[in-house]
Amino acid sequence: MLLSTHPSSPASAKVRELLARHHHAPSALVQMLRELQAALGWLPPAALQELASGLGVTLAHVQGVTGFYRFFHTRPVGDYRILFSDNITDHMLGSRELMADLCQRLGVAPGQTRADGRVSVATASCTGHCDQGPALLINHHQVLTQLDSARVAEMARLVEAQVPVTDWPSAWFDTQDQVRRADVLLGPALAPGLALAAAVARGPEGMLQEITQANLRGRGGAGFATGLKWALCRKAPGTEHIVVCNADEGEPGTFKDRVLLRSHADAVFEGMAIAAWVMGARRGFVYLRGEYRYLLEGLQAVLARRRAQGLLGNNIVGHPGFDFDIEIHLGAGAYVCGEESALIESLEGKRGTPRIRPPFPVEHGYMGHPTAVNNVETFCAAQQIAQHGGAWWAGIGTTASTGTKIHSVSGDCERPGLYEYPFGTRIGRILEDCGARNTQAVQVGGPSGLCVSASEFGRRMGFEDVPTAGAFMVFDRSRDMFSVARNFAQFFAHESCGFCTPCRVGTALVVKRMDKLAAGRGSRHDLDVLNELDKLLHTTTHCGLGASACNPLRDTVAKFRPTFEQHLQSLHFEPAFDLDAELSIARAVTGRDDAAAHMEKPA
Amino acid sequence: MTQVPLPPPAATRDAPPCFVLDGQNVPFQPGETLIQAAHHAGHFIPHLCWSPEFAAHGSCRICTVKVNGRASAACTTLAAPGQTVENKTGELNAQRKTLLQMLFVEGNHFCPSCEKSGNCKLQATAYEVGMEGPHFEEFYPDRPVDASHPELLLDFNRCIVCELCVRASREVDHKNVFAIGGHGIGTHLLVNSPSGKLADTSMASGDHAAAVCPVGVILHKRQGFSVPIGERRYDAAPISETAQDDTP
Ligand SMILES: Cc1cc2nc3c(=O)[nH]c(=O)nc-3n(C[C@H](O)[C@H](O)[C@H](O)COP(=O)(O)O)c2cc1C
Ligand code: SF4
Ligand code: SF4
Ligand code: FES
Repeated sequence: MLLSTHPSSPASAKVRELLARHHHAPSALVQMLRELQAALGWLPPAALQELASGLGVTLAHVQGVTGFYRFFHTRPVGDYRILFSDNITDHMLGSRELMADLCQRLGVAPGQTRADGRVSVATASCTGHCDQGPALLINHHQVLTQLDSARVAEMARLVEAQVPVTDWPSAWFDTQDQVRRADVLLGPALAPGLALAAAVARGPEGMLQEITQANLRGRGGAGFATGLKWALCRKAPGTEHIVVCNADEGEPGTFKDRVLLRSHADAVFEGMAIAAWVMGARRGFVYLRGEYRYLLEGLQAVLARRRAQGLLGNNIVGHPGFDFDIEIHLGAGAYVCGEESALIESLEGKRGTPRIRPPFPVEHGYMGHPTAVNNVETFCAAQQIAQHGGAWWAGIGTTASTGTKIHSVSGDCERPGLYEYPFGTRIGRILEDCGARNTQAVQVGGPSGLCVSASEFGRRMGFEDVPTAGAFMVFDRSRDMFSVARNFAQFFAHESCGFCTPCRVGTALVVKRMDKLAAGRGSRHDLDVLNELDKLLHTTTHCGLGASACNPLRDTVAKFRPTFEQHLQSLHFEPAFDLDAELSIARAVTGRDDAAAHMEKPA
Repeated sequence: MTQVPLPPPAATRDAPPCFVLDGQNVPFQPGETLIQAAHHAGHFIPHLCWSPEFAAHGSCRICTVKVNGRASAACTTLAAPGQTVENKTGELNAQRKTLLQMLFVEGNHFCPSCEKSGNCKLQATAYEVGMEGPHFEEFYPDRPVDASHPELLLDFNRCIVCELCVRASREVDHKNVFAIGGHGIGTHLLVNSPSGKLADTSMASGDHAAAVCPVGVILHKRQGFSVPIGERRYDAAPISETAQDDTP
């Protein structure tokens, strides 16, 4: 194999430029791979070798990192790399048919690169635009929403005519905020610096007290008390402390952080600076999911303005010694990197495998420094609390779940988009407000959340009843809940990091069983096996991904059992393979197709 | 978050702290994990990716026990006074059996023809928990063998991605011959050379990485069946009795 690039080749020049700009730091590996791929279209072996040498790490290490992320390609994948969003809401809006249509027009099979190297068409788990799907991601950069057959036809024409994506109709890339109901977070923005000045006036401890008094719980899903997290990080010994904004937003059906980052970036960055003030942190990172690459320039511009305004950098808001700045890191298509310790591994340029805990990130996080990881929305809430006080926030919502929560509403309803309510709001109320009719079920919190059936629409959003990371996917009575569960099963198998046995193998086994049921070859026995897998994954996996991978399955089997039973061929046992079909090769070889060459079909 | 252990009662302050494993007191040093303390005290907790000589990895999950009623990996859980740990229960062994079955169907394991048979931790652990069949459908992955090295053979069909060879090569041999690649069910072992072949690495047959593999992936050539099957390590005594010989 040819493994040296010519020093004068563009690939080699790019590698050298990247190495110099990132100071030969192995921790920048993921960022360098992203930039290298953006320049070359893929990651050629010779360039990886050169990168490894330049970083002083092994080629296998670089290959290991490259192979972990779904958006990195070690084979050419076409000048136009098209990834259709594969979430169930996109399916419901016709994404599958549109993808087939595009593939047919371009003469390319899904997952393959066309022979002339022009184009490849495949899927990505969820691009985070469920309210305006079907969506797709092109060249890991631009997002196209609201696809229809006319757009697909025109796209095919532009690809064939080799029109650069930057010259495509700009209206195609107009993503919408679709804020349908605003409360404190999505309402009018505070002037930049106001809340930060209030925080500084209170002093770090005073500010921490407000957060604690607000009883703010993290908006990323687990609901850990933010005040406690900041207090633990603040008191953890270390030469420096780190603030990380988790903008990975990989949970299918969730898109609230995208809107906050696009239209409320000041609030996000201000919340991070407030956290830095409390913890004495000098460095902050935003871990932005690769799917949101198109937000990068806008975010950089806000950072630059805030630096100019004295809201980042040295002596922030004129306070001597309050130094803090923010760097943005991009992910590369790996849902598990939303898990905070996997996120930190990825920030350090490695495979996104969740770490062993303890130690927890608040004690031993990025590069071993005490690190507080919080969700985008959590930082926005912190800004509000700095401005209005903890008691004010605690007065909104319920006792156990204070403040407001943003829901990303998609699926079968008239008005998908963002809805912000105080905690404690009934599910039924949200359904009424978004114009949902004949609703059969709502998947709250994404695939790893909870499937709520019609009899439960009186339940309330909140940590004490129906917790959520933000997704609210609506399914009306025309939908087959089995297909929903199957889509989620595929999602988890696709996103498993592969580290631990139960998740790596278990999620793949779940998909096999669901495929068997979908093919109409299922039996009661298969439901029993699924149930057994559910229990095993729930208790034995290394991280929350595997532990929640069977949640949607369990809920749908329990609440929509008839849908599952429709997919069973017998109530006893059915083999996974079709005995008669297995004989087809023998029939072809022997040239026989008479009755005796077939299995007898049971009557 | 981190559980803060309660201070021991005054009367026992000088005795080493203990936790209770299947009804027996197990002493431990502060900072030890459940499996380390159990190992030192002569108790067997089934494991594959853990080895006394390396830091915990936590990937195979075979060592899953119940700590005060909650499932937890014994190799990554710190011992603390007052813990009640269940290990040898029917429920946990059934879980282990399922995890082992997953490892068996994920790769291609033909024990009767495997040179490692009788010396294999995967096989021995499966015997230990009474695994009799694969239970799940086989994946039959396509994993070509690497026979390029003059003295060593890599039969990836049996790899359980425990990373023991990765750790041994990095920490003991200081060679970094191996790494992990891919993701999900496609996670696999990588060999560090431009060709991806073992022959093009600095791996030597005396390397610790060549000895550490718990299954039959890394094999020495021309030594096949020198000890007959039936007289091998786990043929003589079950793994629960032999594991104590593992150092340190
Ligand atoms: C598989 C997995 C994926 C996750 N993805 C996200 C995510 O995309 N965004 C997020 O904020 N938290 C995510 N989390 C939760 C984070 O680990 C962490 O709890 C959170 O970022 C903490 O922020 P908070 O306290 O503000 O909620 C994920 C957790 C798991 C187990
Ligand atoms: S459960 Fe295990 S395999 Fe799955 S994502 Fe977490 S660590 Fe990786
Ligand atoms: S080759 Fe052996 S030691 Fe290395 S990861 Fe595979 S099973 Fe573990
Ligand atoms: S021995 Fe504990 S997870 Fe493998």
